[in-house]
Amino acid sequence: MGSATPGADGLPAVRLTGITKRFGDLVANDGVDLDVGRGEVHALLGENGAGKTTLMRILYGLTSADAGAVEVDGRPVTIRSPKDAIAAGIGMVTQHFSLVRPMTVAENLALGRARGARLDLEAARRHAREASERYGIAVDPDARVGDLSVGEQQRVEILKALARDCRVLILDEPTAVLVPQEVDALFATLRRLIADGLAIVFISHKLGEVRAISHRVSVLRRGVLVGTAPGDTDEKELARMMVGRPTFGVSRPDPIAHAADEPAVLQVTGLSAAGAHGLPAVRDVSIAVRAGEIVGIAGVSGNGQTELVEVLTGMRRPTAGSATVGGTPIAGASPAAVMAAGLGRIPEDRHASLVLDLPVELNLVMERIADFTGPGGLDHAAIRRNAVELIARFRIKARPEDRVGTLSGGNIQKVLLARVLAREPRAIVIAQPTRGLDVGASEYVRGEILARRAAGAAILLVSEDLDELLTLSDRVVVLYEGRVVGEMPSEKADPERLGLLMAGREVAA
Amino acid sequence: MSTPAPLPKVGSRGSALRSTIAASGSTLGLGLLAILVALILTSPVIIIAGASPIDAYANFFLVPLSSQFRLLEVLVAATPLILTGIAVAVAFRGGYWNIGAEGQLLLGAIAATGVGISIPADWPPIVVVPLMILAGALAGAAWALVPALLRTRLGIDEVVTTLLLNPVALLFVKALVQGPWRDPGGITESPPIVEAGHLPQLMDKSRLHLGFLLALVLLVIAWWVLSRTGIGLRIRAVGLAPHAARFAGIRVERTLLGVALASGAIAGIAGVSEVAGIQFRLTSGISAGYGYTGIVVAMLGGLSMPGVLLSALFLGDLRVGTNKAESALDIPSQIGAVVQGVILLCVVGLLAIRRWRISRSDRPADEAEPPAEDERHLENAPA
Ligand SMILES: Nc1ncnc2c1ncn2[C@@H]1O[C@H](COP(=O)(O)OP(=O)(O)OP(=O)(O)O)[C@@H](O)[C@H]1O
Ligand SMILES: [Mg+2]
Repeated sequence: MGSATPGADGLPAVRLTGITKRFGDLVANDGVDLDVGRGEVHALLGENGAGKTTLMRILYGLTSADAGAVEVDGRPVTIRSPKDAIAAGIGMVTQHFSLVRPMTVAENLALGRARGARLDLEAARRHAREASERYGIAVDPDARVGDLSVGEQQRVEILKALARDCRVLILDEPTAVLVPQEVDALFATLRRLIADGLAIVFISHKLGEVRAISHRVSVLRRGVLVGTAPGDTDEKELARMMVGRPTFGVSRPDPIAHAADEPAVLQVTGLSAAGAHGLPAVRDVSIAVRAGEIVGIAGVSGNGQTELVEVLTGMRRPTAGSATVGGTPIAGASPAAVMAAGLGRIPEDRHASLVLDLPVELNLVMERIADFTGPGGLDHAAIRRNAVELIARFRIKARPEDRVGTLSGGNIQKVLLARVLAREPRAIVIAQPTRGLDVGASEYVRGEILARRAAGAAILLVSEDLDELLTLSDRVVVLYEGRVVGEMPSEKADPERLGLLMAGREVAA
Repeated sequence: MSTPAPLPKVGSRGSALRSTIAASGSTLGLGLLAILVALILTSPVIIIAGASPIDAYANFFLVPLSSQFRLLEVLVAATPLILTGIAVAVAFRGGYWNIGAEGQLLLGAIAATGVGISIPADWPPIVVVPLMILAGALAGAAWALVPALLRTRLGIDEVVTTLLLNPVALLFVKALVQGPWRDPGGITESPPIVEAGHLPQLMDKSRLHLGFLLALVLLVIAWWVLSRTGIGLRIRAVGLAPHAARFAGIRVERTLLGVALASGAIAGIAGVSEVAGIQFRLTSGISAGYGYTGIVVAMLGGLSMPGVLLSALFLGDLRVGTNKAESALDIPSQIGAVVQGVILLCVVGLLAIRRWRISRSDRPADEAEPPAEDERHLENAPA
């Protein structure tokens, strides 16, 4: 989009000055100045742990700054809690939603507006209808939030903020959980919101999106605001500002030649499984992954990928079929047995895969506690050495003793990656490996996956990022409604054909 | 368990409050605050009972510390509380909500008495005492077994089942002392146990007995296991995040079962300690609600072992004090139970508030939300 238009009267909607926040001796924000104009989308970029979320949590009153000031519409305000922020017209959609799942959309909206004990459901419904017409936010006010897709829930969160008359809207990595079509819909909504004069802060790791939607981009590096650039700055330059050095993409090395009769390391045969409501989610899926090969699974989210990964990681029992790693059956086996067969598992929900209340060093050994136990109990020295080594190797921005729950989103992800990849598994199931990771870290993780491939691991990769899938995979398998509807070598897979298959419009042989 | 999918997430049925409790961590400041608030809240009750709160609290807390004899009585009163406190804290740390320490204690007392009244009188203490302890621990664990199996096999909430078994255990005690074990002397209590089964006194002119040392040893062992061993790490992981623990290959059900049995065994030893150290026979009043007080001890102590020790001593002090206050101020000793109960409510309330504030002011925000995904699995979990 074009150049900045910060407010007709030249005043920014919000202005942060000198925001500083320390966690112990870590400086998460270091004297950050930022302003967002009315009618502007201001993107916030930065590596994992750069301090983006912290800065926005301060603005929304979820965390208090050690120093600095906030102005809204030119007037200084004190924000001690989200209540103050809402009163000042600031709304925030965090990555983990705070909706009441058993309640309907209208009830959730009414709750957000409730003054005292009254719930004005009719007004909430009316509001939802108005907003959907005005901003193109389509949700059914009477649907139960728990039944909505993640994208729809996000819309409810946005509606909730709008229902409180917010003039400044903060979106923390809103697109990380969306499929491409939903991203387009979100951007259409954002464009209408800025036309109405809202100020929007948009956090994302996807440079293409940032360029597509924002007027200005501010880049944080290690808590310091290193600069603010126009929204159409080219991606290389943005990446350089973020990491302080030029970045390079990764590319898949030449495929390893396979004999036709070479046995697969990871073999899935006729696998079926039921989903959350007992309905079939995976139907008769067969996939073979050979040593040194990456097979990518493409599909719109909700087409059985999650359940397939759950079965393979030992967290869900199949209803039929089998899966083996190096000949050892793993379908229906316990997580311990699956790991013992040599499978490394990195599912998409990292929060549920790590004990957030325990420190990084203990989470890093959680899969093999016995290896770190001596006659005198846990070998804390060895656990610490292991953590120090993996933190350095995977460039995790954390100390061994930090609770995982206090890490930034991307670093939580790296803890899980480090735990699994360090064991050099012979087969790997990995879902959304770079979701929420910054450019540098994504590059690093993709590099690690390729390194495991070069070392002979059989890798099953599930990703909603088609570019990533096509860059990394040797072959691509398309899932639609739980079935394999297509399989092809990556060289022959063009995005259009894949798109049709993913939409269930064509069944390839 | 015939439904093939999804796997029953037995361990993950945590409500927000439960995960709050399992993660309560070190809470010395919180405990002190809870005590303070509880004292303020119970003042009106004391005024209604016809005393001044200041006098009452001086009697409750300071008088017991005013002489060596009374001080040792505090340790005597704290002994069963340390044991039940450990039992509850260990279980809660693993996310197993054992509310049945009372019943497990009673079973331990029954078993100890059974050994103590039937063993030949000429066996030496070095044999009899360990036998009684072993029998008590096994009986406590056995009483904990059924709820633990119901939980780990069928996903039935242990809060209700362990609680329901407490009055059953008491009925069992009453039936024994009024029936087969009734002392020929005519009172509804068992005959005395053999001399060799008495736990040795630690000091002259005091009832303080070996049970106190035993409690301290168990406390140190529990601390070591929880914080320094692989088993302890597994227990903590299961208590904090059962789904993540299962994912990492920890056998959640087995861990829970082990924790439940260990908890029952320790509570059973509390029963042994009361029979063999204080009463020397089984009576229906063998436990003055020690199993329930153990919950207060564990919560007030932030589920940490040093915390359990401190809060058991504090509540032992209160127990001795309320008995003193009854005669000194003519207020019913049940006030002590009221104070205890209010303390528990305050601890839980403050924990919830603190957790809520953390989730607001700190990261990660999502932790404060009940894991909705897990809750849904619960509905589908085979029953
Ligand atoms: N409550 C906390 N306690 C301790 N450290 C914290 C806390 N919250 C954040 N941090 C630290 O502050 C730094 C900045 O975190 P923040 O979440 O703001 O990063 P981010 O830029 O949003 O990263 P990501 O892109 O990975 O989401 C990180 O190193 C993180 O570990
Ligand atoms: Mg963040």
